[in-house]
Amino acid sequence: MNGVHDLGGMQGFGPVVREEQEPVFHARWETVVVAIQQATRAGGMINIDEFRHGIERMEPAHYLASSYYEHWLDGISRVLIEKSVISAAELDQRTSFFKERPDAPLSAAFTQPASEPRSRPRSGQHPYQRESTALPQFAPGDRVITREMQPAGHTRLPRYARGKRGTIDRLHGVYVFPDTHAHGLGEQPQPLYSVRFEAQDLWGEAPETDQTVSLDLWESYLRVRE
Amino acid sequence: MGKNHPNVDPYVVSRVRALESLLLEKGILAPDAVDRVIRQYENDTGPLIGAKVVARAWCDPGYKRRLLENATDALADFGLNYDLLVVVENTPTVHNMVVCTLCSCYPWPVLGLPPTWYKQPAYRSRAVLEPRQLLREFGLEIAAERAIHVWDSSAELRYMVLPQRPAGIDDLSEEEL
Repeated sequence: MNGVHDLGGMQGFGPVVREEQEPVFHARWETVVVAIQQATRAGGMINIDEFRHGIERMEPAHYLASSYYEHWLDGISRVLIEKSVISAAELDQRTSFFKERPDAPLSAAFTQPASEPRSRPRSGQHPYQRESTALPQFAPGDRVITREMQPAGHTRLPRYARGKRGTIDRLHGVYVFPDTHAHGLGEQPQPLYSVRFEAQDLWGEAPETDQTVSLDLWESYLRVRE
Repeated sequence: MGKNHPNVDPYVVSRVRALESLLLEKGILAPDAVDRVIRQYENDTGPLIGAKVVARAWCDPGYKRRLLENATDALADFGLNYDLLVVVENTPTVHNMVVCTLCSCYPWPVLGLPPTWYKQPAYRSRAVLEPRQLLREFGLEIAAERAIHVWDSSAELRYMVLPQRPAGIDDLSEEEL
């Protein structure tokens, strides 16, 4: 989707601000969000593409105004509600409960937790790479042009790189396709390529020349360029 | 309002407590899961592995070649099982930069968790458009005769830059580095 997360090439955000000696986490709640993310991923409940697309659908102003782990909180909550793992009502009720009782222990809100967390047995399968007998369409050195498209759903082809001329540098292998995997439409694995773009082909009158950008792009993002 | 310190926001804090308690109750979150995360990252030693890899590449041209051709194989030397890394080399003619414009993809297993600035809009938006100016603001002036190559981590491959070997370290051992 042409969402607020698709930031490449935007202007106006000012300088990169770095915090000296930054701690890994700034507050305990951030570690809780990480633990929740790991649990929902390991349990097979939310795949990485669904997780990212959950964040991409944040209210744009909220995305820009909030911190990184607030993105995770918002995105994971959205997807858990969509998958009926929790309901919006119970999350809101529980939030009010703890807002009114900031010192209450977690167990104040419920009786007995389930004894064993549900989780899917780990398959031996690689999380992203797949075998395929299909012949890749492109080879290193091939000239390509990226699709110009406006998908309403999840994609990993950023707007700044759509409809742009590039060159195949490398075939990485065959990988799960996020555009379908994020929407319950299957893994649909495709060849994945490292594609190189010249600054002037991406930006036209580029502010900087002598610059290239490489992206990792799935085969269906690419067309032959004569 | 600082994006780095939202821990004062009672809505966020109570919403996280709410989600945590719901998922504990439903058996989705293990009771010790948060403690495990704290232990895992409190002593985030991720960057040390990357540093060791770079030091070895600087000392051993054969290792450097292996690292650039097949990082998976080279990382195994350090006991790391990670097959999604690509290492790109800085040279007298090319300076490399890594970004994830769409989110925050970063080579956690070799560099630890990314710093906040890497995940924020200013870096993500500008790195692909004006990397040379960005580096200048970081205090690094890239010579005009060097091109800049930016890697936008749009899939699951992760990128690490092998910096140029500094001068004057020939007599340092790998460990000292």
